[in-house]
Parts: sequence; structure tokens; C-alpha cells
Amino acid sequence: MIKFSDKQLKIPKLMRPVYLATVGMSKFDRAFPETRTEELCIEALTAAADFVKMTPRELKQYIHTCYYGHFADHFGDQLLGEAVIHDRLGLDPLGNIGVKTGGATGGSAMWEAVKAVASGYSDCTLALGWERMDEVPTDEGNHLIACAADKDWETPLGHIYTGYYAVMAQRYWKIFGKEEDSFRNTMAEIAVKNRGYARMNPYAHGPLKITVEDVINSPIVAYPLRTLDCCLMSVGSACGIVCDEKTAYEITDKPLRIYIAAGSHTLRVADRRDMKIPLLPNEKPGVYDDLGKRFPGGDRYPGFTSFLAARMSAYYAYHMSGVNDPSEDLDLVELHDAFTISDIQTYEDIGIRPYGEGRDYIESGDAYVINPITKKPGKLPSNPCGGLIGCMHAVGATGLMQIAEIGYHIWNRWDEIHESEEKWKKFDRKKPKDWTSLQVKGAKRGLAISHAGVGSHVTCTILMNPNNLLKED
Amino acid sequence: MPKTEKEKGFVDIVKKRYKPKGAFHIIEANQPIYNKDTGKLAGVTNPRDMTYIHSYGGEAVFFDSLGKGRLMASRCDNKKCETKGSIYEPFRIFCPDCLRKNTVIDITEKAQKTAKIHSFIITHRSGAFNTLPKPIKFINIEFDEEVVTILMSVLVVGEPEIGKKVVPIFRTKNSTYTIMDLMFVVEGTKESELPEDFTF
Repeated sequence: MIKFSDKQLKIPKLMRPVYLATVGMSKFDRAFPETRTEELCIEALTAAADFVKMTPRELKQYIHTCYYGHFADHFGDQLLGEAVIHDRLGLDPLGNIGVKTGGATGGSAMWEAVKAVASGYSDCTLALGWERMDEVPTDEGNHLIACAADKDWETPLGHIYTGYYAVMAQRYWKIFGKEEDSFRNTMAEIAVKNRGYARMNPYAHGPLKITVEDVINSPIVAYPLRTLDCCLMSVGSACGIVCDEKTAYEITDKPLRIYIAAGSHTLRVADRRDMKIPLLPNEKPGVYDDLGKRFPGGDRYPGFTSFLAARMSAYYAYHMSGVNDPSEDLDLVELHDAFTISDIQTYEDIGIRPYGEGRDYIESGDAYVINPITKKPGKLPSNPCGGLIGCMHAVGATGLMQIAEIGYHIWNRWDEIHESEEKWKKFDRKKPKDWTSLQVKGAKRGLAISHAGVGSHVTCTILMNPNNLLKED
Repeated sequence: MPKTEKEKGFVDIVKKRYKPKGAFHIIEANQPIYNKDTGKLAGVTNPRDMTYIHSYGGEAVFFDSLGKGRLMASRCDNKKCETKGSIYEPFRIFCPDCLRKNTVIDITEKAQKTAKIHSFIITHRSGAFNTLPKPIKFINIEFDEEVVTILMSVLVVGEPEIGKKVVPIFRTKNSTYTIMDLMFVVEGTKESELPEDFTF
């Protein structure tokens, strides 16, 4: 049984307010056979400058230190890739550091950038991430990804990460999904929603107009997961610039407040030991006393059915920012939908629904921009960019793309970024005739979860309009 | 093509130093990558063939024992540790709570009597270097309550099901000295049904 000390549960404190001043992204795609990584990173940073009507040169003048998210060195056969990108961005001789936390790399890069500003070390920092997974054949790529599992105890078993991950999906499917067709449909609806939203996003490389039946009939990857339940494998870059208050208002008249926290859990799911469920602010003591009765086999926590790292990152971030109930206090979320089933698990880990009831977030229509049942705006839309299933999963960039997308909504500039014919043409993509704005109207606060592998690292970022804070500093 | 003996790398430890011998990498020329539509050069291939040298450190006893048909685990015996008595499989050299060195113990009989499937997955996919036959049946194994972790392995005889009892088998001939020397079969499997080189 794991127990935490009070010191370990201390709520993190930023020593001064930190603001997100601007964000940028490159196009995302499965492969860029004629583009170097630095070209994508420069595209992202240039977009961040454009967003605040500056030249890249002008924006760079504010940056004091840089935090680069790039996970898989071995894919590109290039160590110190951060130094390459830093030089090509023309940011020498500023201090910089590389961050590598698997799928959470983008969020972790932002975690470092925020702490540097909060501490006073820097007044303005760059968090920029990228990934390059297109330069080896797929089976070798599978092996390289499997190297993120334990090299002695797991990787030799098939050299396929899906195998180490999907055992959790299987357990959730049987215990909490009860192997019901209706639960299988709910999983499929997530894929339909996210791939459908990606159709409105020129940056996305997995848009599809599909049905629940298409998902359920797609080829099995590892039962119950099928091809259309799984996220994309992408190449691309994204970034964000964070600052202290004075610097933020020099760059833009509308910076956003940013809070961020991180949690972790074992690299091998094998090593997960039993513990009591840490409660979030909207959960009452005793709420899970009968969980094992309601869901036989579901009393082992976190077991294979929950992500402790996600819960802990939310625990810290909610208390830091004053979020009591995410469904009431937030306007939208971008979640790490690596698989449809892990998306449902995350709804529970971060308190959108209690443990065991994650499916209701989709089934109620709350997770949609427009609730398909009531035809009114959804209570807490999730992944309007398409998420990892529909938009991209360029590992080191993913968490930063999510933060950028939340920002666009709160800035009320989502349409400007996603609608222009010029951008669709520039990306050589066809804008659908039924293109629809997915701007979450009146968005003031949002959340992004960046998640690694089987849950070894997770960050929870919360953005707020500074006029709509929930807690005094 | 399998490598010849001359193309393989071997390592011994002599006087506390690695002593490699043989071939640890084979050089192969890179090749141009052309865009067939434009006729322009886009990049090159960079072939790599390397052999890593890796220490098992304090876990060596676990991997060595598999080829001898024994399943070793570790247990915290520190009287002052609040999780004293916890058994770890996967084997942990140190207790994660008190960071004292764990005691190495043999849990072969415990595994034969109590192992059952906690979760599983069947996949037809694999990565480069995979040597398991497909589909691969990944299983996670619970032991009795003293074992606080859930071991990952593969089921090679029988169909997986949550709660089903399984027993370990060991590659006691032609051992690989890796986790691939340990697999599981459903309870009741006969010796004659085991894969080549494996015994109970």
C-alpha cells in the first residue's frame, strides 16, 4: 500500500503569476519526406510570432531560456537534437534544456518553462516540442517505441508497445465496461467525434467522416481496441511562450494565466501497488467505498484501470488554480486520447466523472461542442481539435498543441486559426464544404492533459482568462 | 539472413572490465532517396547494425535462474520498513520504500500454486526483432497476496481469461538469458505440449 506524506501532498506554488503570451503550430502529417525537422520548428515559432503580430526576430528578443520537448532521439539517430533546433531558431547563446517524458513530453516542457518564470529565473521562456517518427520503417518504429517499456522485462516480449498498454484496456473493458455492446459503442463514439472534429482543423492529419459501425468493423489491433480506436503517429512541432505579468502584457494585451502540475507512476504496469484513491476537491470521503461491489474486481486502485499520475497531476493543478469541479469550473478540455478507452479512463482520473462512470461523459453529450441529444452547447467539450485520434500525436509536440488549442478558444480566435482558405491551401488540404466553427463560445477556462505511455508521466495544464480566475494569488 | 559466428559480438568480464571480441557492427553503404515524381534528391538511408553491451546488475540472479527452471523474486525484510514482507515480481533489487536491499527468494512453487491471469491481450502485431509466434497472448499474472505486483509475460499454451490459473515454464535448453526464458501455460497443460526447449 502506497501512502503519501503531507509534504508530498503539498500544493505546488508558483512564486509569481505566469502567463501564456502566444502559441504556434506547424502542419502535422504522417511523414514529411522533403522537410527537415528544423523547418517545422521554425514554422511553429513563426506562427507564434504572427499570432501577436510580431516578426520572429521581435518575439525572440523577449526569450530568456528555452525548454525543448523531443522524446525519441533514437528515431532520428541524432543526440542533442535540442542543440540543433536551438541553433537553427537563432537562439544561441541562451540557456536551453531538453525534456523527455514520453507522450507527456510536450506538457513537461511547458512545466519546466512555467517554473522558470515563476521562480524569477526568467521573465520569458519558450517551450517548443517536436517529433520525427517517419524516418524508419513501421516495424522498426514499433520496436523503437517499445524501447519506452522496460528493456529487460517487457520489450523482448514482442517489441510492441500495444501489448504492454492494451492489457489495461482489457481490464477496464471487462470490469467497468462489463463487456457491454453499449460500452463498445460509447468507445466508438469518441473516435467518431474526434475524427469528425479533425475535419474542421487544417493542421490535422487524421480527419474522417465515419460512423460507430465503421469503428466497430475496423481491423482489430488488440481486442477490444481496433484501428479506429487508436491515435495517429505524427510528425510536427508546436510551441508556447510564457512570461511574467509585465513581459506578457508587452507582448500582447490578452495573455492567459497558466497553471501546471505533474504526476507520475511506474514505467511497468507490473509494479503498481495497491493504494487508497486520492480524492479530488469534488469527491466526498467514502464515495468509492462500494466501488468493488458495484464493479467486481474494480477495488484494486489504481490497478490496471486508472492512471494515478493523471489523478495526482489534477489534484495538484486543481488546488493550485482553485478548480473545484472541472465540469462546472472549466469550459473545455483537451485530453490525451491515445485510445478511446484510455480517454474514458482519464475522464475519471481527472474528476469529470466518478470512477466507474466515465462513459456517461460521452453518453450524456456533455463532451461535445454541440450536445447531440439536446442540440445545445455541450457542458464541457473535449478535444475539439480532433485530439490524438484525429489531429495528431507528434509526441514531443502533442502537449503543446493541446495547450495552444485551448488558448485559441479562450482567446476567441479559434476560427481565425482554423477557417482561412489560405491556410487549408498552404497545407495542401481540402477544406470540407460543411466546415463548421468549433469555437467554444465564451470560453474562459480550459484544461489540457499530457500523458506518457502506460501513465508514467502526466501533466495537467489549466489556462484561464485573467479576468475569470477562481482563486486569489 | 542469420549472422555467422564471425559476424557476432561476444563479451566477457575480465578483471572487472568488459572484454568484447568479434564483430559489434557491420558497415553498410548509405543509399540515396529520390522523389520519383520530381527526380530530386530528398535524403539518404543511414544503415546501422550495432550490438549493445548490457549489465543486469543485481537482477542477474533472476535471469540466470530462469534457465535453471527457477523463478526468483525479492522481498523486503527490513523490520523498520512499513511495507516489510512485500514480495516483488518483477524482481526489485531494492525496496521502493526504505531503499534497503531486498532478500532474493525463490517463488517457483508459489507461482505453480497461485498464479492466475489478472488481465491479458491478444495481438497479431509485433515490432522488428520479435521472435514470438503470432498472435501474441500477453498476460499479467497475480500471485498470492504476499506478492504486491503483477508480472507481465506471455501465454503460449491455452487461451487467456481473467482469473484463469496458469503455471510458469522455463527455457532450460538453449537459454537466451532474457525474460524470453520465462513463459506461462494454462494449468493442466502436459509436458508434451510445451514449446521446444521449455520445461516446467
